[in-house]
Amino acid sequence: MSPPGRRAVRETSPGAGQERARLGSLPPGLAPRLVSFCEELRSEGVAIGTSEILDAFAALENVPWTREDDFREALAATVAKSQDDRRVFELLFDRYFFRAAESEALERGVSEDRRYDGGDGLDLEELREAVRQAIADGRDGEMRDLARLAIAAFGRRGEGSGVIGVDVQRIRRTLGLQSQGRGTEPGEVELDRDQINRFERHLRRELERALIERTEKLPPSRPLAELDRALPTSPAQDLTAVHRAVTQLKRRLATVGHEQRGRRRSAVVDMRRTMRASLETGGVPLRLKYRPKHPRRPEIYVLCDVSTSVTSASVFFLSVLHALHDAFRKLRSFVFIERISEVTEVFERERDFRAIAERISREGGVADVSGYTDYGRVWLEFLEEIVDDLGPRSTVIVLGDARTNGREPHAEVFKQITERAGRTFWLNPEPKLYWNYGDSVMAAYERYTTAAFECWTTRHLENFVNVVAGGTPIVEQ
Amino acid sequence: MAVNADPGSVAEVRESLGEVGYLADEPAALVAYLAQRLGKPVLVEGPAGVGKTELAKAISRATQRQLIRLQCYEGLDEAKALYEWNYRKQLLRIQAEAAEGAQPAADPAAPGRGAEDAAGKVLGDIFSEEFLLTRPLLQAIAATEPVVLLIDEIDKTDQEFEAMLLEVLSDFQISIPELGRIEARTHPIVVLTSNNSRELTEALKRRCLYLWLDYPEVEREMEIVRLHAPELDERLARRLVEVVHMVRQLDLKKPPSIAESIDWARALLLLGADDIDASLFARTMSIIVKHRTDMDLVAERVGMKLGGVQGLGAEAAG
Repeated sequence: MSPPGRRAVRETSPGAGQERARLGSLPPGLAPRLVSFCEELRSEGVAIGTSEILDAFAALENVPWTREDDFREALAATVAKSQDDRRVFELLFDRYFFRAAESEALERGVSEDRRYDGGDGLDLEELREAVRQAIADGRDGEMRDLARLAIAAFGRRGEGSGVIGVDVQRIRRTLGLQSQGRGTEPGEVELDRDQINRFERHLRRELERALIERTEKLPPSRPLAELDRALPTSPAQDLTAVHRAVTQLKRRLATVGHEQRGRRRSAVVDMRRTMRASLETGGVPLRLKYRPKHPRRPEIYVLCDVSTSVTSASVFFLSVLHALHDAFRKLRSFVFIERISEVTEVFERERDFRAIAERISREGGVADVSGYTDYGRVWLEFLEEIVDDLGPRSTVIVLGDARTNGREPHAEVFKQITERAGRTFWLNPEPKLYWNYGDSVMAAYERYTTAAFECWTTRHLENFVNVVAGGTPIVEQ
Repeated sequence: MAVNADPGSVAEVRESLGEVGYLADEPAALVAYLAQRLGKPVLVEGPAGVGKTELAKAISRATQRQLIRLQCYEGLDEAKALYEWNYRKQLLRIQAEAAEGAQPAADPAAPGRGAEDAAGKVLGDIFSEEFLLTRPLLQAIAATEPVVLLIDEIDKTDQEFEAMLLEVLSDFQISIPELGRIEARTHPIVVLTSNNSRELTEALKRRCLYLWLDYPEVEREMEIVRLHAPELDERLARRLVEVVHMVRQLDLKKPPSIAESIDWARALLLLGADDIDASLFARTMSIIVKHRTDMDLVAERVGMKLGGVQGLGAEAAG
């Protein structure tokens, strides 16, 4: 499995042997640890092949293993191949090697008996100030020492409540650590949430260490919580995730269903390839080669419910719509409640997401009297407005909960729409469990769609994209 | 050969990259070092304008290797990336041979066996290296001197092309049916860049070292700006970088890249500015923000922080 390149490099560099001796190979005992670390990464869903483990070893031979940063980066470059993987890697790396070191210490009976000496008689104010300063400067070593002192001072000599999370928060409160803007007295150094989190990690680590020493066993290792492994999210990042899913959707829609439109159906002769083929027959162009026909751009019609029953979802839907607009040129979007209204232009002109939401609510003119969704009327209006444009190349995507508020659903009109359009997808913001309960008439519409999906997270959206692409669903439905 | 020898340490690589004007951070230097030591391709991902392509160029300058660049785009195929037969030249050759062959066998009723033999010879001839048009990948493989191969924006191609790359990237060889296998004579340093617009296949990732480049921190970007615009006052440089960072915080269509920070720094030098205030910002903003809608957003948010909103509004309108 070793790439031939490595051999070549060794041969071309005569000094390599000496350098290797200087850098030193991995110490004995590290290899099995690395392999089991990779095992753990795999169990968290990071795809690591045997060849990658071999690469990791080759890489680690080239960096001094005593420098933690280099060691970590070299390992990460060979086994973590995306940003998400990298995040899982960071979380596991700390935990794994911490546990490894602790279990080794337990085995050999190494412990620090007097670690909490000096905790008595500390001036609380002084300690607070020192902690704040260390956090603001971001010096890890100092933070660790101060974390120990803090545990000594407030941690009831390291015993505490027995639940580490509780102790961490208690100590943090006693130290008066709060993020910016909340409870900071004038003149104090301002700290943001991330910096405090770092200090909390040190506290947690020291508390764990003490617990392990006291009980003389490692706590059972747990898989990462879903919350930890996800990238920290903000509305902007959610938007990025939506955008990413939509970009994939674009690629899929551009190619799916067009497989048959290959070279056969076209009539333009590709001169270059014809000539190339004619060489086999001595320059006589016996076989004509045709230029492949470019797949046509898909036409997409998106209908988005913005009524109150989907309020929570409509922000998400609008961001999907927003992302779709960035990706497709031939896209017409409509919003509806009781009536339908085309908002393609709004999206084309406005970039700021909030401005779009505002303009739609202001001039959409979709609410008539009651403000309740009237799907039947929406279909009728949509059909009337768009009927001539719909064709086999059109894709209709409906974003809505199919709650008609007891009005006539006009499923047969919807059927007409789906018959004219090439494909119809329905994304429902409600969990499948709630479909067809109450005034939801999902079943009436669902049978005419190409497929219907529940969709209330970006993960569902990716799932939708995946299914459209003919892949397997990534969410169990 | 001294310049092509393996680097001894990460610090050495970092230094040599610095010498050619690329301030690499710790991970980037380490991966560049590993790429040379292990001979593995590097996959660099990150937002646009953080210096992914520049990294490859810097490696080529630092190692004094030639840079061969393959710019990817949708629909890129083997003929553009690997090799192509020069069919015009082949045709000419066939016709020339045919004309020569026709003269001795003047009798049209009895075309001699000689002509058929000649045709066989011609066929063998025209599929030789002489008629091969080398494209970047083959060029990199066949180069006699070690090179740096940059495959730029690999995410723009489709999966089929990626699959084709696998042979090149893992074995450094290319199979040409008519000629056989062409193996690398020297070991190229391969850098692939991706803007992460789609997920690359596992198979490709498995063969590469992975590096995520992000926008640099204020301090490092300041160093970069000062490296490229040395006359710029340090205080002004800091101010500039802080403003750029503020702009990047916004949800823009296209956040400003490092290159644009440098452009802006140079522009400020030309204008002889000694501070960035709202009016100067409004006038020079177009250097770092390139979309009309973005400009409105930036003018509103950042201009406000710089003070003098009214003045800014008037200037933006004018």
